[in-house]
Amino acid sequence: MWDKIKEFSSEFFVTGDPLILGAQVSIGLTLVAVVLVLTYFKKWRWLWSEWLTSVDHKRIGIMYIICSILMLFRGGVDALLMRTQLAAPELEFLTAEHYNQIFTTHGVIMILFMAMPLMFGLFNIVVPLQIGARDVAFPFLNSLSFWMFFFGAMLFNLSFVIGGSPDAGWLAYPPLSELSGSPGVGQDFYIWGIQISGMGSLATGINFIVTILKMRAPGMKLMKMPMFTWSVLSSSLTIILAFPILTVTLFLLFLDRYAGAHFFTLDGGGNPMMYINLIWMWGHPEVYIVVLPAFGIFSEIVSTFSKKRLFGYSSMVYALMSISIVSFFTWAHHFFTMGSGANVNAFFAVSTMIIAIPTGVKVFNWLFTMFRGKLSFPTPMMWTIAFIPCFVIGGMTGVMLSVAPADFQYHNSYFLIAHFHQTLIGGVVFGFFAGLYYWWPKMFGFKLHEGLGKWAFWFWNIGFYVCFMPQYALGFMGMTRRFNEYNFDMGWQPLNVVSTVGAFLMGIAFLFQVWQIAHSIRFYKKEPTGDTWNGRSLEWSIPSPAPMYNFARTPIVTSRDDWWEKKERRRKGEPELPHVAKAEQAPLEPIHMPRNSGVPFVMSFFWFIAGFGFVWDWTWMVIPGLIGVIVCMLVRSFTYNTDYYVPVDEIERTEAAARGAH
Amino acid sequence: MAQKKHKVAVAHGSPAAGGHHEHHGGHHDHGHHDQEELKTFGFWLFLITDVILFGTLFATFAVLRLNVAGGPTGGDLIELPGIIASTFILLTSSFTSGLALLSMNKGNKNGLIGWLIVTALLGASFIYLEATEFIHLVNEGANIGTSAYWSAFFTLVGTHGLHVSVGLVWMIALIIQLSKRGITPVTKRKVNIISLYWHFLDVVWIFVFTIVYLMGVM
Repeated sequence: MWDKIKEFSSEFFVTGDPLILGAQVSIGLTLVAVVLVLTYFKKWRWLWSEWLTSVDHKRIGIMYIICSILMLFRGGVDALLMRTQLAAPELEFLTAEHYNQIFTTHGVIMILFMAMPLMFGLFNIVVPLQIGARDVAFPFLNSLSFWMFFFGAMLFNLSFVIGGSPDAGWLAYPPLSELSGSPGVGQDFYIWGIQISGMGSLATGINFIVTILKMRAPGMKLMKMPMFTWSVLSSSLTIILAFPILTVTLFLLFLDRYAGAHFFTLDGGGNPMMYINLIWMWGHPEVYIVVLPAFGIFSEIVSTFSKKRLFGYSSMVYALMSISIVSFFTWAHHFFTMGSGANVNAFFAVSTMIIAIPTGVKVFNWLFTMFRGKLSFPTPMMWTIAFIPCFVIGGMTGVMLSVAPADFQYHNSYFLIAHFHQTLIGGVVFGFFAGLYYWWPKMFGFKLHEGLGKWAFWFWNIGFYVCFMPQYALGFMGMTRRFNEYNFDMGWQPLNVVSTVGAFLMGIAFLFQVWQIAHSIRFYKKEPTGDTWNGRSLEWSIPSPAPMYNFARTPIVTSRDDWWEKKERRRKGEPELPHVAKAEQAPLEPIHMPRNSGVPFVMSFFWFIAGFGFVWDWTWMVIPGLIGVIVCMLVRSFTYNTDYYVPVDEIERTEAAARGAH
Repeated sequence: MAQKKHKVAVAHGSPAAGGHHEHHGGHHDHGHHDQEELKTFGFWLFLITDVILFGTLFATFAVLRLNVAGGPTGGDLIELPGIIASTFILLTSSFTSGLALLSMNKGNKNGLIGWLIVTALLGASFIYLEATEFIHLVNEGANIGTSAYWSAFFTLVGTHGLHVSVGLVWMIALIIQLSKRGITPVTKRKVNIISLYWHFLDVVWIFVFTIVYLMGVM
């Protein structure tokens, strides 16, 4: 009996690595500490009723952002471990197996569990406020999306201490990811972690399309929407068209591993190339899904801190939309070397180059918005300024990669690594940081400390160039991705040392950001108004943080940059249009709001149970998990009492408290 | 179109007058009515994602249709008469779900529930026939692991069958709700949505029948 338990636990838990043992101990201690703190301060009920069951888009947004910052830490540690291993030739810091696991989890976590939730967090916090809505179209579904993401991410991260991490690369190409190449459970954690959170992402896409198309304040025509809302619409459209492909692809890989199917195997007529096509049909649109909202953020910030309306609004809209369409026709540029033939490669090379055109249009629009503007440079604007040259270089190296014949040289080299980090860090991460700094006061009612933010900014930026510029050169010198060690004679060491130093500078930058957040909370200084940056769109017209129902009266929109125009009219003493004035003085009415629900949390937890069962092939666990999911759906279907009205006196109290703080 | 959106947005922000602090299902007011319209629109978007899901499975089947790895082909084992019967059963169920909608729009609760029960029974017979076919194929020596062709076959046809089964559970839940609550704006929206779903599965089946069975077997 004892031997059996010992044998089981040696398979179940990851053992034998001091790094992971340390992680296991610290995870255990953190969990105990969290439980003790919550119990000691009697916060369990608060946690459940105020957060876990909340359907408020602002709270869901905050939970997304907290998770994504934790994931940024985990993914960042992975990156530093890799850079340490590569700092010197033939270093024995990480074993080959461990190195494979780390580059796999680094990629998955950064894209799917850091960038995506940070983006969804900003969607949630900003979009309903920008369009003058009280919540998203489907608040219950929104909460479900978050918890699906949360439990998917938990399942994926669990593989670190239980069962072993996946190690077949972030996109898990077969046949390596098949049972023949990866017999362990790591790959199953990969499949189910991404599958569960991917279903949540799909639902978020639907939710925001309906919210934006159907719930805008009266008068806000499509071409009067703030640019961030436009970018969310284009990103969400791309989500609903791309994510079903991911769902199917992972499901087919799962069937290969679980049921012995032959979709992507080398025997039985399977076709591994098909997986690579399918995964990139999702994967390429995916990178646009995360970068389009960043473009929206930059547009908002450039216009606010130039005190000018956005240059080329319509061209910006067309650029966003054409990028989301063309992004579906470029997938094969990820594998020009597969041998699809000259004509196929030519098509995908040209479609890839075409994407550079709308992107260039955007860059010029941002530059012309700044031209002759009254510029100021707080942290959100600094990130925006830093983004432009960084993304331009990243884009141009992208065009180099899109030249199919030349790509045979660059393919899978460090040139590629430097290119996509430049677009993903210089574009997506800088963009989401800019957005986070910009809307932070709206979320919490206080600003982040500017001085520490500038330290973080410079460390990030200098660190970025020191880390990735040498990698372009290393690519030309023949260094390919996913090598865990190299020979001294290759002559790669000097540049690798420089690159590692840069990575650690970015690590220091992250510490500055943590310090910045802690410092700003410690020396809490309430923002006197809801309009921290002298903003232009509706979210700045209400108090910070926004009341639970957002707008006491539904705003009436008359122009682009509606709040800015209203402020201008007030400054000049011009009267409001009669129907606007009438709506603003109308008596308050009870507000229709959705009720909190525990079903999303419980249902996602059952998905987690089912996923864990699938990973270990434990039917006794899969069945109750799936039954739980179905029961939760039925419970929801039979629940009719899903909303309530906020009475007028409560609105009056809330508004008075918020205005009183001015 | 713009006019319509405008109206929706206004009504969403302004709940019906009167102090309904508690909202009871089935009570017809503006706030709720719009919620139903949003949900229907959201469901159309979901159907788009489901189109892509099936599209990917069809593409997979098309790529792998000849990869039998020396094993049996579809033409060797599949018996078409049963498939044609189940096709007509599913098409009829789409018709009866339409009749259910007509009854609903006339306010005839019993007719609505009756036609939904007929639809569900037809759906159940479709699933029964499909399960029988699968068992027959497995007994003949073709399962999901036999070859890439059979992996793609079972996954495509099985995913459609899974969708129909989910629809059955959903329809039964809806019949119970209708018998308890009658025809209200909320239950009306739910019936409309499930009938969209049901017709959609019918359309998908027509493609399955054409591509997998007619083109692949005959």
